Amino acid sequence: MILSPSPEYLAIAPEAPGGGPVSAWGLLRLRRELEKGLPLTPKPYQTLAERSGLTEDEVMAAVRQWQAQGLIKRLGLVVKHRTLGYTANAMVVWDIPDDQVHAIGQAMTRMPFVTLCYQRPRRLPDWPYNLFCMIHGIDRPRVLAQLDRLIADQGLQHTPHAVLFSTKAYRQRGACYVGRH
Amino acid sequence: MQLDATDRQLIDLYQRDLPVCDRPFLEVSRQLGITEEEVIGRLQSLQDHQVVSRVGPVFEHSRAGASLLAAVAAPEQQLDLVAARINRAPGVNHNYAREHTYNLWFVMTAPDETVLEERLDELEQQLRLPMLRLPMVEGYHIDLGFEIDWEALP
Repeated sequence: MILSPSPEYLAIAPEAPGGGPVSAWGLLRLRRELEKGLPLTPKPYQTLAERSGLTEDEVMAAVRQWQAQGLIKRLGLVVKHRTLGYTANAMVVWDIPDDQVHAIGQAMTRMPFVTLCYQRPRRLPDWPYNLFCMIHGIDRPRVLAQLDRLIADQGLQHTPHAVLFSTKAYRQRGACYVGRH
Repeated sequence: MQLDATDRQLIDLYQRDLPVCDRPFLEVSRQLGITEEEVIGRLQSLQDHQVVSRVGPVFEHSRAGASLLAAVAAPEQQLDLVAARINRAPGVNHNYAREHTYNLWFVMTAPDETVLEERLDELEQQLRLPMLRLPMVEGYHIDLGFEIDWEALP
């Protein structure tokens, strides 16, 4: 099965002027390797280069370009909050009038404890909620107090909502878009 | 795992902006005043103890392939069983039990929308449970690289 991510991943400018095009296959392999994280070696980009059949310069150029294009949002330690003690995780879902959902969604992100916020479609009659936000917190009382602040701050006292605390993580890992997982 | 001040500093400084250069961990070590070897050792240890899942890039989901949040309402006594089945399906990268009638929430990923729909259809048939499919319409703030509140942690 040949899987290809969007073409923007494959258009990496050659490092040196007049250099040849960077191998698309190499870039695909690099993309897959990167999803596993950087190898913890002194020269991780060299290690990645060896694994993906590119040069070290090509690998660094690709990573920098993907960062500049926003395909890579951040590069660094991906923390597992649960291990650290962030054991309360609430997904709060709201039924917001359609004409207000964008503004309220944006406003919610100004609360420092809101870590994720998305608009999603309702699925009536089973699911009336169109705005999702996530609060990653240390314990339930703190999370509920943060939610109260959010409700007061945004004037959402009369907005139907539900709080879905997570009780168990069956899987939590980085996305694998490329490859046969 | 007990984290010391240096581990915390590593986390505080490098959830983003890890340098892209031939010896990134050497750069980090200069910042922290320790050796490159120690940086690598600490990162390995944080990884081994599941404090960090990896050191590397976080890709922008909406542009890195297709993904979708889905939920099913599993009978409470079959929760683990259904969760295990969901985990066996290709492309599942998050799967949580939550307190609601829809009690299993997972994210399915795929290289493109067509494959994503196929995977979900197959899983839905296999589970014989109605599935909520909730694609993202708009993301307002999607970044789990938030600052750790060390003081508040137990």
